[in-house]
Amino acid sequence: MDERTKMLEKYSSRVYRNRKEHVIQIEEEGANPGIMANTRSVPGIMTNRGCCYAGCKGVVLGPLKDVAVITHGPIGCGFYSWGTRRHKGKCEDGRNFLEYCFSTDMQEPDIVFGGEKKLKQAIAETVEIFNPKCIMICSTCPVGLIGDDIHAVASWAEKEYGIKCIAFSCEGYKGVSQSGGHHIANNGLMRHVIGTGDAPPAKRYSVNILGEYNIGGDGWETSRILKRIGYDVISVFTGDGSYEDIKNAHTANLNLVQCHRSINYIAEMMKTKYGIDWIKVNFIGLTATCESLRNMAKYFGDKELIDRTEEVIADELAAIHDEVEYYKGKLKGKTAGIFVGGSRSHHYQNLLADFGVETVVAGYEFAHRDDYEGREVIPDIKEDADSKNIEQITVEPDPSKYREMLSPDEYEEKAKEIPLEQYKGMIREMKKGAMVVDDFNHFETEELLKYYKPDLFFSGIKDKYVIQKSGVVSRQMHSYDYKGPYAGFKGAVNFARDVAMSLYTPAWGFVTPPWKTKPMLQGKLAGGDK
Amino acid sequence: MLSMTPKELKERTALRINPCKTCQPVGAIYCALGVHKCMPHSHGSQGCVSFHRMFLTRHFKDPAIASTSSFTEGASVFGGRTNIETAVKNVFDIYDPDIIAVHTTCLSETIGDDINSFIQDMTIPEGKLVVHTNTPSYVGSHINGFYNMMCGFIKYLSRKTGKSNGKIAIFPGFVNPGDMREMKRIASLLKAPFIMFPDTSGVMDAPMTGHYEMYPKGGTKIEEIAALGDCEKVIALGEITSEEPAALLEKQCKVPYELLPLPIGISATDEFVTALSKFSKCEVPYELEEERGQLIDIMLDAHQYYYKKSVAIYGDPDTVLGITSLVLEMGMIPKYVITGTPKEDFTRKAEELFARYSVEGCKAKASADLFELHQWIKNEKVDLLIGGTHGKTIARAEDIPLVRAGFPIIDRYVHSYMPIVGYKGAMRLVEMISNALMDRMDRDCADEDLEIVM
Repeated sequence: MDERTKMLEKYSSRVYRNRKEHVIQIEEEGANPGIMANTRSVPGIMTNRGCCYAGCKGVVLGPLKDVAVITHGPIGCGFYSWGTRRHKGKCEDGRNFLEYCFSTDMQEPDIVFGGEKKLKQAIAETVEIFNPKCIMICSTCPVGLIGDDIHAVASWAEKEYGIKCIAFSCEGYKGVSQSGGHHIANNGLMRHVIGTGDAPPAKRYSVNILGEYNIGGDGWETSRILKRIGYDVISVFTGDGSYEDIKNAHTANLNLVQCHRSINYIAEMMKTKYGIDWIKVNFIGLTATCESLRNMAKYFGDKELIDRTEEVIADELAAIHDEVEYYKGKLKGKTAGIFVGGSRSHHYQNLLADFGVETVVAGYEFAHRDDYEGREVIPDIKEDADSKNIEQITVEPDPSKYREMLSPDEYEEKAKEIPLEQYKGMIREMKKGAMVVDDFNHFETEELLKYYKPDLFFSGIKDKYVIQKSGVVSRQMHSYDYKGPYAGFKGAVNFARDVAMSLYTPAWGFVTPPWKTKPMLQGKLAGGDK
Repeated sequence: MLSMTPKELKERTALRINPCKTCQPVGAIYCALGVHKCMPHSHGSQGCVSFHRMFLTRHFKDPAIASTSSFTEGASVFGGRTNIETAVKNVFDIYDPDIIAVHTTCLSETIGDDINSFIQDMTIPEGKLVVHTNTPSYVGSHINGFYNMMCGFIKYLSRKTGKSNGKIAIFPGFVNPGDMREMKRIASLLKAPFIMFPDTSGVMDAPMTGHYEMYPKGGTKIEEIAALGDCEKVIALGEITSEEPAALLEKQCKVPYELLPLPIGISATDEFVTALSKFSKCEVPYELEEERGQLIDIMLDAHQYYYKKSVAIYGDPDTVLGITSLVLEMGMIPKYVITGTPKEDFTRKAEELFARYSVEGCKAKASADLFELHQWIKNEKVDLLIGGTHGKTIARAEDIPLVRAGFPIIDRYVHSYMPIVGYKGAMRLVEMISNALMDRMDRDCADEDLEIVM
């Protein structure tokens, strides 16, 4: 019996019917067996998923360092998403909003009589104390239920205070995971921020980095490499990101999509509205980083840029060569499981492979089918009641700002070589026998640990200690266990160093007490020594 | 760091900035984790429980399990009955707990789901139990959630059979497993047969064995919760946290209770020890007297390094009051003491402590936040901060040493294993406080003033 069958048959028939669609075992490498994703979790199952608010405020909007993001709701949601995601941000002027948590801390009377008045007052107080250029309002579950019109409040605030104020209806019950929240945040940024700046068109090699949240400083490491080659980074969505930069995102000449899941909506809409092409990149892993840099150079197609790219790649690789070889020696032949996010489980397989580690189980929390199977399945994805509740917005070309870098013929030509508006997904790169699990849960994690006995497991804080207590090296891939950066060339070495550290830490050798393996009691046999 | 925080104070009536509390459900989960083979269950959308498990795991560095009803938009409109029925069935099928402890969220409270009737109507496997409590996030704080969940267990399970079990019940308050272990050690030294409820020791500080146990050895057993009704008496520790469940047990099973402060510092520990000794009719053993004497010895030895130093203390109401009491015993000035939990009793009790030690110019406030505390500090500085992780930005901004104590501490290790209660716990706090201040002296003094002997 294969591992998939063994695991699933422990479920009751109703749960089995649901989960069997979400779990596949690779039989033929490079093929797409298809998987179900982005549907409701089964109540009672300890899913690792979060909610719409977490995706909107926690993931996409939270990193904006010059925005006062007010959580409209009871205190918990704002509190939990305060400073815990490691999206680093640096402000030269010291006005860093990431150090603050703003909430309307709704009380019972606000729920009964409505919270709009309190929200208005909270905005008034924010303006008076902090004088921000931009306020964003994120709603939590009860706000949608009691019907507070946060969008009307935002319009009022714009008129009253002459600032930008944007409301996001990202109540936790919307959609089936964080993913709905990403989409809602994308829509709001597209509608209200992108394209509102009046900066002149940027220079030729200018890019936006989309879906880079600067966890542990990843975005800084990526930007360092891009700047070395000669690129201008116009804006980052949204790690170390700012409202001011994003206003002018439309002036860039190419969009780079790092986290496909959380930001592909903006990439697509900017293509339609401003004509900006996008390519899928991955700056996690050495091979992947090199390939992404080469694809960028090919997009612009200038010999000088292509040469400079090769020069920087060679120089960066030379600088880390010895360390890479050392850590390959420490990690080669190990196996790994990786359960995280909606793009990272794919990204990190590349990095693990650079060091000779094979991924035997992988899955996502909140990915859609295209993240597993590739974007060509998008037309076949069926909408359901939950996905219909997340607004889809359509944009039109903006005649004053629309520019195309490539002629249709050039585009056709380049699309053959580089991932222009393409993403092939995770499944095709996985090895025979490996398991892919969508919306993985506590039970399945435990089962898979038993069947595959991986040397390494990468997941989040909720199951980190479940895995570690099972005797398997466990590292967090959301927070990088408070280390990093792991992106780019130097980041790859940081990653390998941290993984090797966790594998070889001496405490593992003491788990079993000596008296459990050796007889400790000494005594004499009755009748003396002879 | 925090450079937008102005010195000038302005009254805020709506905006909470840098809170010093969180919402009820996380307290309910922590309480339920202190019951053996219990699965905490959150009746709401799955983001809540994701946040709570995340937060508890970050504090304890141990798995915090809990399941969810996984509400969708449809459930929010039509009610969560089907969700909880499915969830309960699946939890018993897959995770096999003995008991499920349901708490609500602001979502299910706002739509008015009647959990009690849902539980009455659902099929529960033979020998298994489902209990619930209401924890609207828009009332109180995680402290309310903690005691509301205690009340939920008591309501469903505690019964008076009429035959006393001769035991004393100890309600430990919202404290770490290390504190619960220390309270139990003291009770054992005084030969008081007891039931501690809840008891997260052996659950949230479970050892590494190489095998993960979803339900570790620790936790109050269901039959012990039932037997609370047959206890002789309750010692309810933490006057704000433990009174409601104690009062409920008294009403329901006629078990009298004695409400005491958390045993932090000398006098509060003395009160705890005295109460136990009176109950067990056991003289205080030399071992405890020795510890007490050692603590006083230390406080005399080291007093010159903290005497009259001013301190700001923030966190959960009973913990803050306990630490306030200890620092007063040390001769320090608790200049600012705040909690985010909206309980006015807190302010009154803090002011009583100020009066008892005749300290002047100290300020206490409930329903406060760290932003306001920072503003006070900007106006009049303190020498030391004591509280959880979230004060570290203030510590950095104002260059004030920080001693971590209370909840949540998500940026350090080991703390949850170590007590701050009892004489031993007080020794640990005195050590942390004096070290913080003395390290600062060593760092800041001129070369010629660096003392080799202190």
